[in-house]
Amino acid sequence: MKQRANAWLYLLPALLFLVFFMVYPLVDVFVYSLEEGYNFASQTYFGVGGYNYAYVLHDPYFLQALKNTFLLVIITVPLSTGLALLISLGLSSIRALRNLFQTIYFLPYVTNTLAVGLVFMILFQKTEYTDGLVNLLIHWFGGTGVDFIDGPYWAKMFVLCFYTVWVVLPFKILILTSALASVNPDYYKAARVDGTSKPRTFLRITLPMISPMLFYLIITGFIGAFKAYSDAVALFGTDLNAAGMNTIVGYVYDMLYGDSGGFPSYASAAAILLFAIVLTITCINLLASKKHVHH
Amino acid sequence: MKIQLQNLTKKFRSHNKNAPGEVIAVNDFTFEIPDGQLIGLLGPSGCGKSTTLNMICGLEKPTSGRIFFGDRDVTDLPPEFRGVGMVFQNYALYPHLTVAKNILFPLENLKGKDKLSKEEMARRVKEAAALVQIEELMDRKPGELSGGQQQRVAIARALVKMPHVLLLDEPLSNLDARLRLQTREEIRKIQRATGITTVFVTHDQEEAMSISDRIVVMREGVLQQIGKPQEVYDDPANQFVARFLGTPPINLFSARAQGGRIWVGEEAVLPAPGLPDQPVVLGVRPEGLLPAEDGALTCALSGVEVMGRDISVVASHPACQGPTLRAIIAADTPVRPETGSVRFAVKPGKAFVFRAETGDRIRSAT
Amino acid sequence: MEKQIDFERMQRAARRRKGAVRALTYALLALWAVMVLFPFYWMLLTSFKEYGAYNAERIPAFFTLSPTLQNYKDAFTSVPLGRYLANTVIFALATTGIMVVVITLAAYAFARLEFRGKGLLFTLILSLMMIPNELVVITNYATITNLGMRNSFLGLILPSVTSVFYIYLLKETFEQVPDELYRAAKVDGTSDLKYLCKVMIPICRPTLVTIVILKTIECWNSYVWPRLITDDPAYYLVSNGIQEIRENGFGRENIPAMMAAVVVISVPLILLFFAFRKKIMEGVSRGGLKG
Repeated sequence: MKQRANAWLYLLPALLFLVFFMVYPLVDVFVYSLEEGYNFASQTYFGVGGYNYAYVLHDPYFLQALKNTFLLVIITVPLSTGLALLISLGLSSIRALRNLFQTIYFLPYVTNTLAVGLVFMILFQKTEYTDGLVNLLIHWFGGTGVDFIDGPYWAKMFVLCFYTVWVVLPFKILILTSALASVNPDYYKAARVDGTSKPRTFLRITLPMISPMLFYLIITGFIGAFKAYSDAVALFGTDLNAAGMNTIVGYVYDMLYGDSGGFPSYASAAAILLFAIVLTITCINLLASKKHVHH
Repeated sequence: MKIQLQNLTKKFRSHNKNAPGEVIAVNDFTFEIPDGQLIGLLGPSGCGKSTTLNMICGLEKPTSGRIFFGDRDVTDLPPEFRGVGMVFQNYALYPHLTVAKNILFPLENLKGKDKLSKEEMARRVKEAAALVQIEELMDRKPGELSGGQQQRVAIARALVKMPHVLLLDEPLSNLDARLRLQTREEIRKIQRATGITTVFVTHDQEEAMSISDRIVVMREGVLQQIGKPQEVYDDPANQFVARFLGTPPINLFSARAQGGRIWVGEEAVLPAPGLPDQPVVLGVRPEGLLPAEDGALTCALSGVEVMGRDISVVASHPACQGPTLRAIIAADTPVRPETGSVRFAVKPGKAFVFRAETGDRIRSAT
Repeated sequence: MEKQIDFERMQRAARRRKGAVRALTYALLALWAVMVLFPFYWMLLTSFKEYGAYNAERIPAFFTLSPTLQNYKDAFTSVPLGRYLANTVIFALATTGIMVVVITLAAYAFARLEFRGKGLLFTLILSLMMIPNELVVITNYATITNLGMRNSFLGLILPSVTSVFYIYLLKETFEQVPDELYRAAKVDGTSDLKYLCKVMIPICRPTLVTIVILKTIECWNSYVWPRLITDDPAYYLVSNGIQEIRENGFGRENIPAMMAAVVVISVPLILLFFAFRKKIMEGVSRGGLKG
């Protein structure tokens, strides 16, 4: 009896915080998203319905953000996963310098996204004073320079994708190298005794063995990429709508706060739409993984 | 196929930072495995037996020395050209493939003129599966099989290529005691049926003795003795081999040779005509100690353990190198524990004399 | 005989191929290492360049012959970088400290104590892991605003002092401590709390240390919530600070000073990383935060 009361006492702080900052807001966000014409200052609203969703779905800024986010996801998830796999395979095939490389590759994980984004900005930016380093390289190879930060859409998208890959790779490399290392070396020995070729060993043994981890990375990669925001802020500044580089999460925050903010209802509707998209994609992923992944 | 190892040596660079340099895993190994025999490579862990197996297989290259399969020098051949099948200690069955696909896997690797037709492959897989009696498990995944079944699948996978040589690394170590007995019979049977020259590695002397045509005893990379199990047991080359074979282990006494006899303490227990005076170690198998009223060796009696057919007399002696010594005798032999002491006669054929410093056998003595 | 020569040639070819593959592997790995390190090099380099010299470079220079510390002075004097750093340290310490207490108590209850509905409650809490932060941040913003806690440390800290994932991680670790220890302690009349402090926490210290480090990194890099909840620079954390510096700080052109600020912000975490490299990488591979 005493222990029972005790247990709840131990749980109390965690439960309080969770209910107050996670469960209640979760319910509330749906309420917000259905309250039409909600006024944050007076906390009043006109009625209840789906108008907020309709508004968001017709907002050109949201559509731009949707397009940006989808492009970012479609480009960076396969690219970063593939690159990480390649690098991990390279890492696990060497002995000398392996630790050094692993340490270096992990560095982006522990750096402040906003701060290092600034470095990427000056590397890619072209101003009236200087072309920037990347453009210098492009000139060397005979190309024509372009401002990646304030220039054409594709250039901005390129930097955003590049930076995103740079930021997410450490985690994926880490996971994949440990997945590769956990494959029992006897499998490779057995394959060698049987004269299995390198490509076949990779396709028939290595890949199936690390497939659970690979799918884990793909799923979390999708979720992470859909929630992209601070990378974009780091590169293009806080006014992402003006730069045409906003993401869905960015749209949510802009609706909530800042110069264009004060519309928690629109923000909620957008956040729920994002959640619905992520949930759908994750379900598709899980279904696909059931088919292809050996557990 | 006959296997010949000539002066086989394998050195590794030491990964121990405190003791850099080279570790000699296998040192100047020469022996011959006759065609169609089952050979047990026996020794404590770290004695180089697995390294030897890997070199026969081709997974590791010897530092020096040659390996012959029949008349063919295979030292530099990669494993897939040697015609060997290997069963790994943990079986190394691919967990994502069914039993049938696991067995099929090696055949799918064959290229060029060795390439088999689909029907031929299916036939070979079926044959191999029939040999180890796993036909009804073909659609299962390895995770759904018992240890013994996995072992058989692994053997089938090794046999499907119809290798000239079958290699097994600690084949029984992952099985429980009951399965171990059954599986070792199985291995023996399969080996007999196929007639493939088979080498297996084990640290369990009972396992090696029970099924091998010959055993090869190794210690710290050095070959100690080769022979039929009974021969090695009855005629060990040195103290290490004598101690390593047999349960309960051999009883060792610090003794000395003096005046043509072997003395343990103040008692002369064995005649040793012509043996120069020197300190020696006397080893007596448990079945070589016979309780007798006028026995030469007097020991303090600790107790008697009944084992059914036999009894085990547990005693101690100040010169004995272990804390206790054991004698295995027929159950109807009278022993009186209440006396507190027992006298043993030493059976000459079951006692061996070793040089005290080197542990080498002194054969002229007995 | 012929066959043997054949094999020898094959082996030589294989060796050569292997050498080539190895060289290529190292080249590609080194290339990516350069890609990772270069931004760090560039920010260090730029932070040591003189303002005038930097602006005079039409073509960026890969090194500087006249390094200066002036930019670091500027970073601390013309913008409140010290303030941002202090804020972040306070925020990280307080958040991590409170969180560790909260999750340790909860994990202990789930791992060791018996009460009705434990399994159900734990499942419910675990399912909270699926809820994206973006969904709850809106209401939390409203809550904190209505409580009048904008621009205060309380407002910054409160929403992030629990973590479902860390409760889960710690519970798993706690469960690995053998039951016998608990029974032995009970026989000796040890209270639950004392058992937690004297036995569980010391045994599970490695996991706790990992959690503390990971949470500190997370705090140091957090941007979204601080941005929503603070508009008074006196409460900015480093992420918001750097954004503020970029947009209103030295004027857009003083990039060397900006880079000095970036270096100052990045160095603490990099030092932390080098000090706890193994722990951090192990912890992250057990359950990453971003990616």
